[in-house]
Amino acid sequence: MNINEIDEFIAALLILIGSIISVISAFGIIRFPDVYSRAHAATKSSTLAVLLTLVGAFLFFWMTDGTVSVRLILGIVFVFITSPTAGHLIIRAAYKSNVKMTETTTVDELKELYDEQKKTDQD
Amino acid sequence: MAAQFLLNIFIAFLWVLFKDEDMFLYTTFFEGYLVGIIIIFLMYRFFGRKFYLHRVYAIIKLILIFNSELFQSAYLVLKTILTPKLDLKPGIFRYETVLRGEWEVPLIALLLTLTPGSVVMEVMPEGNVFYVHAMDIEKYKDNLLRSLAKFEKAIMEVTR
Repeated sequence: MNINEIDEFIAALLILIGSIISVISAFGIIRFPDVYSRAHAATKSSTLAVLLTLVGAFLFFWMTDGTVSVRLILGIVFVFITSPTAGHLIIRAAYKSNVKMTETTTVDELKELYDEQKKTDQD
Repeated sequence: MAAQFLLNIFIAFLWVLFKDEDMFLYTTFFEGYLVGIIIIFLMYRFFGRKFYLHRVYAIIKLILIFNSELFQSAYLVLKTILTPKLDLKPGIFRYETVLRGEWEVPLIALLLTLTPGSVVMEVMPEGNVFYVHAMDIEKYKDNLLRSLAKFEKAIMEVTR
């Protein structure tokens, strides 16, 4: 195995791991009980999956062509910033439109706050 | 801070002059800059200020924390997904942060979403109270609060 093959192998391995993780998190989106816990699967592990795939692609182009792809770095940065934000917005919107939580939910301290807000709005 | 930076540039120029090369080479300048960093790092306590690259170090540390948290939380979520019998007790709890301002609050919210088992659901307009949805509140809450304190410290080192 020469250097080039090793580099390709590492890049391919990263991309493979990334795709496996994204498949598992897709399962998670189906398996979890309600929209709020689904957001966990959608934000965390799929962020990691996309990151690993992009890093793999970045390494591949860097090692084989010798080009540092700025677009891929930007992609990594923006995925890092946007996907938690998207998850936050989705579950916030879900909560505001009264999507039910699962029965196993134990504590809900946010409900008190919204109830209070509603009361003050009515007054 | 600025004085230290200027001094560092000065040392770099000196280095270039001492080398006495035929032309100005950026690599030599950079070399001198690195030497200057070492000298100033050894001397900064005499200026009575913080080391001017302290903030850079803090930013690097914060990025590393971000990454390690991402890996940990992804591992945890993947483990939860792959357990045959899901037994989750999700919940929403209230968290009050000591951080303030336009930069610190979004950063801690971002970090919180990447920590194991938690997503920020609502931020109060004042910006100091979060409502966090935890995937398994009984298991992770103590852990979460502990790592939150760690993040707050790391963020404050960057911004203050």
